Amino acid sequence: MAENRPCRKDLLHWINVISFAMNDTTLFLDTHPHNREALEFFEECQSKRNRALKEYAKYYGPLTIDTADVSETDRWNWINEPWPWQEGGC
Amino acid sequence: MWNYEKRLQYPVKITQTNPRLAQVIISQFGGPDGELGASMRYLSQRYTMPYKEVTGTLTDVGTEELAHLEIVCAIVYQLTKNLTPEEIERSGFDKYYVDHTLALWPQSAGGVPWSSTTFQSKGDPITDLHEDMAAEQKARTTYDNILRLVKDPEVADPIRFLRAREIVHYQRFGESLRIVQDHLDSRNFYAFNPAFDLGK
Repeated sequence: MAENRPCRKDLLHWINVISFAMNDTTLFLDTHPHNREALEFFEECQSKRNRALKEYAKYYGPLTIDTADVSETDRWNWINEPWPWQEGGC
Repeated sequence: MWNYEKRLQYPVKITQTNPRLAQVIISQFGGPDGELGASMRYLSQRYTMPYKEVTGTLTDVGTEELAHLEIVCAIVYQLTKNLTPEEIERSGFDKYYVDHTLALWPQSAGGVPWSSTTFQSKGDPITDLHEDMAAEQKARTTYDNILRLVKDPEVADPIRFLRAREIVHYQRFGESLRIVQDHLDSRNFYAFNPAFDLGK
């Protein structure tokens, strides 16, 4: 299991990249709601982002409340990892 | 409603403190063209916006501005971390420190508290979108002004990201204005206010 563990820095960078692509496409789609190409790109970004967020939560704690998994733990990990403005944060 | 995401939209990792620069950058938190005002402007205007594309744009840009506010605050926080009383005095940060210690509080670089008087929510789609386009340009100029004073690449990098977003938002608001005008009478765009006179 340990050898499959993704590099935290790389995974976080990927989440930032794919999330930004999704954000920017969201704004574009707001004013171009019928743009096929943008719709396809949004779908692609969304599935990659969801996968990456789940993977990050599994190894390094949740970044979103929807990926907070409490099934195999007896403590609330949301508050454990550093906050984004702190050292070691995202 | 909103959910928090525990990451910055663009990362901030500043290793060298600079309280003098923090006092300038804090203007983009609580100054007249800052991110708090930007977010409140769009999130306030959206309720009476009659066209769905534009309501969506105001909601999503207003949400992104909250993420920008967090980036600006992270920059100011890291620029003022672990300061000694001597550093505070020497940098002129003492006037802020006496009231707020090292906490974040929305004010302009000149010390004026954040105020909703820095923006309008007029209830007329044409008027509101012109306000929004102007606001994005004013914020872009402020970031340009900040960039002239920044020597540290760790600070300049996230500021450049924020500057670039102002330009994208300006573009989206321009498209929003076109969408509004497409719904109106091109012989007289001001014949009626679609947020008031139509009851829709």
